[in-house]
This record gives sequence, structure tokens and C-alpha cells, in this order.
Amino acid sequence: MRYLAAQSVAEAAKALAAEAGVTRILSGGTDVLVQLKAGMVEPDLIVDVKKLPGMREIRAEAGGFRVGAAVAGAELGEHKAFCAAWPGVAEGFQLIGSTQVQGRATMAGNLCNASPAADSVPALVAGGVVARIAGPDGERDLAVVDIPAGPGRTNLKKGEFITSFLFPARAKGASDAYLRFIPRTEMDIAVSSAAVNLTIGADGKVSAAEVALGAVAPTVVRVPEAAKAIIGTKLDDAALAAMAKACEAACNPIDDKRGTIAFRTHTAGVLACRAAHIAYERAGGKA
Amino acid sequence: MKKLHISTTVNGDPAEFVCTPDESLLDALRNRLGLTGAKEGCGTGDCGACSVTVNGRLVCSCLVLAAEVEGAEIATIEGMADQDKLHPLQRAFIDHAALQCGVCTPGILVAAKSLLAKNPEPTDEEVRYWLAGNLCRCTGYDKIIRAVQSAAAEMRGA
Ligand SMILES: Cc1cc2nc3c(=O)[nH]c(=O)nc-3n(C[C@H](O)[C@H](O)[C@H](O)COP(=O)(O)OP(=O)(O)OC[C@H]3O[C@@H](n4cnc5c(N)ncnc54)[C@H](O)[C@@H]3O)c2cc1C
Ligand code: FES
Ligand code: FES
Repeated sequence: MRYLAAQSVAEAAKALAAEAGVTRILSGGTDVLVQLKAGMVEPDLIVDVKKLPGMREIRAEAGGFRVGAAVAGAELGEHKAFCAAWPGVAEGFQLIGSTQVQGRATMAGNLCNASPAADSVPALVAGGVVARIAGPDGERDLAVVDIPAGPGRTNLKKGEFITSFLFPARAKGASDAYLRFIPRTEMDIAVSSAAVNLTIGADGKVSAAEVALGAVAPTVVRVPEAAKAIIGTKLDDAALAAMAKACEAACNPIDDKRGTIAFRTHTAGVLACRAAHIAYERAGGKA
Repeated sequence: MKKLHISTTVNGDPAEFVCTPDESLLDALRNRLGLTGAKEGCGTGDCGACSVTVNGRLVCSCLVLAAEVEGAEIATIEGMADQDKLHPLQRAFIDHAALQCGVCTPGILVAAKSLLAKNPEPTDEEVRYWLAGNLCRCTGYDKIIRAVQSAAAEMRGA
């Protein structure tokens, strides 16, 4: 195994593209090192992308934020303006692991490790966040929702990696929330999860919404039908019931000792309704 | 595997070592630098016994490659006491009998110090959440929380 601390994006992309064997990109390493230790993967080349310019920066762009791909959970959590604008993204990301894991874990790693239960991903999907991808053929932008291809697989091509995420400008009265179900109170993997991102109009009704679910399908899923069920409402009981039903219909979970199909499906709907309430209140809505 | 030469700072002093590309920072600290305070409880980020700070950030050294710390500043349990004078947290752990076998203790002390640097007056709940990634199989945690709070109070007074 070789280790390369790339100095430029081009150097990283070139080295990854040229390596004939197994490669891994190293951000926080909280998945990569566990997999190395377990012998699950024996990479020929590891490219550390944390030291590339801009990778650890959070800056204003186009009325929103551009967040470097190597920003760790603890670093994002200390950025007050970001957390005020995107509380659901911040809480999803900060649910990952312990204080120690937070010192290292990144959203890019969480997304590209491609676990269906990845905690930072549903809120990124609901937020309409776009990843900037560098590769041997230059840069391209791809919506977060289009990156996971299945458990442990992404749609990135050989040599490509994420350099940053663009969080779009926030409308007035917009907010988000993320909830997961775990059998413990912390340090566990989601059995099901839900993120809701919504905007409230002057009349107090939801004017725009996006809903995404985690751990209930091979990838995090966007559920437009669930969003439609609450748009134009103040989250009355009928709207929430319709939303829960739409969520349940979008579930295609695994069945294991941590959660049966029925349990994961039911809780996904419940969590979406609760997350909608939280996002609604954060956005200034009064039920 | 081609060996790498790494220059870093450990507890304020320059340190150099040679390591393999797949070696963890924990293994380098213990086996290359002889700093055996950080322990390997699991090697997979679950137990916190290997806690150190890298550039001021609390991390599990088992989840950091040694090769990554070129030019970084590392702090370990070995740097906590001032010569023979124990840190208030170390004294509080002894006074409150907050350890039994002691395997978790270096990691918990390093983690608790980093909490108090950020939040000098934490609630019990904040201490428990901060230390959720530090497992102790002996004490039942209660004495650990009390020891951290007692040291925090002393450090606020001083
Ligand atoms: C104790 C512990 C608890 C955990 N708890 C949780 C939890 O509660 N919820 C959860 O979702 N996860 C959890 N995890 C898993 C892990 O911490 C997260 O998935 C984390 O976000 C991974 O980020 P990283 O930067 O450490 O990724 P890395 O380990 O650096 O990389 C992970 C994968 O992504 C790829 N990659 C990394 N960076 C990029 C990039 N910029 N572009 C393209 N590909 C890239 C790598 O090649 C690798 O395949 C836990 C892990 C541990 C050790
Ligand atoms: S040895 Fe590093 S967390 Fe257990
Ligand atoms: S004192 Fe034995 S593990 Fe904590």
C-alpha cells in the first residue's frame, strides 16, 4: 500500500486514475481505517485529500454556503451561521459517532461510503445540495441524491472525488430537521431515519418541501409524494397521515435483527411527520 | 511496503519516526515513540482508549494513519501532568476512585481535558454525551462524571 498526501486536485485525480489496483480516498478515515483493520479492503493506494486547497473551508457563495468536502463534523458544528441556516443538516452530521469520530468524520466520506443508513445524507438530499466533483477530466457538479448507487457503491467514476458541497440560498421561512431511530441513545446506526426541508409562506402554510428517508432502501431515497402531501397545509392531521403513507410506500428495507421490514417502514413515516413538525417550528410556523 | 519518515510535534517537543503507510497513529505512538499511555481497546473507533488530540481536535488515534500527522501537533496523556505535578483531572480521578483497571483512564482524561477547554462548566448530561465514545467496563461511569465535575470546579476557581 502507498500513501499519497496530494498537494493539488490534479495530482490526486491523476494518481487515482492511474492506479490499476484498489484505491481509497482518505478524508476522516473513520470508515476507511475500520475497513483496513478488518481486512475488508486492501488498497494499493490511499490518497489523502484533506490538505488540498479549500477542502476544509466554509464560505458564502451565491447567497448560500460552499462547504469543503473535508470539513469534519465538529468543525461544521462550530459554524454558527451555517447551523442556523441548516439545523437539520448539522444535526444529521453531528449524530455520527462520538466526539472523537466527530473530530474527523466528513459528509463526503459518509456519502461515498454509501451506507443506506448514513446519517448526514438524508438532510443533504432534502436540502437539494449539490456536490462538486473533481476528476481526471476536470470538474462537474452532481446532486447528492444522484451519488449513491447502492450499498457501498457510488456513481463517481475512476479518479473522481468530491471537493465541496453547495448549499443553496435559503428562502425566508425555510428550515430543516433530521431524526433517526436507534435502540440506544447515541453511538448506533440508524434503523430508519427521515429528513424534512420546508419553506413556509406568509399565510403560514408550507409552500415548498422535500422529504428524504434513510435505512429503508438500498440508498437514501427522496420521496416527492410525501412532500406533496404537506405542501399547502399547516401540517394538519390529514396532511401528516398522507405524508406517513407516502413514506411507507417508498420503503423497501432489509429485514434484520435490528429492525423488521414492518418496523422500519412504520417508523420511517412516524419520523418524517415528527421531523416535519420540527422543521415547521424552526421555520417560524405555529401549528 | 515503503517506509515513510514523519516529522511531528508530540506534547510540545519535536518527534520523528519511521512508519509503514498502513500503520495507525496509535501504533506509531506506542511502538515507534514508546508512548504507551494511549491504549488499544478495540482498534475500530468504538472505545476511546486511544484518544489523543491532533492540532487541538480530539480523535481516536487508532483511526488516524501515522502518515497523516506530518507537521501536526499531537497531545497525549504523557503531556498532561506538569513534571511531577498532576493535572487537576488526574488528581480528581484518584480522589474520586474514578478508575479500577485503568485501561480507559488515559483516553478519558484526554477527552475530559478537551471538553473543559471548550466548556469549563458542563452539565452532567454534557459530560456524559462528550464521553459517550469512551467506554469503561469497570466503574459504571458515575465516579468518572463526579471526578470530571470536581476538576472542572477546581479549574474554574484557579
Ligand atoms: C465509532 C464509529 C461510529 C460511527 N457512527 C456512525 C453513525 O452514527 N452514523 C453514520 O452514518 N456513520 C457512522 N460511522 C461511520 C463513519 O464515521 C461515517 O460514515 C463518516 O462520515 C465517514 O467519513 P470519513 O471522512 O471518516 O470517511 P473516510 O473513511 O475517509 O472515507 C469513507 C469512504 O468514502 C470515500 N471518500 C472519502 N472522502 C471522499 C471524497 N472527498 N470524495 C469521494 N469519496 C470519498 C473513501 O474512499 C471511502 O470509501 C461511525 C464510525 C465509527 C468508527
Ligand atoms: S482503540 Fe481506538 S477507539 Fe478503541
Ligand atoms: S477502569 Fe477499567 S475500563 Fe475503565
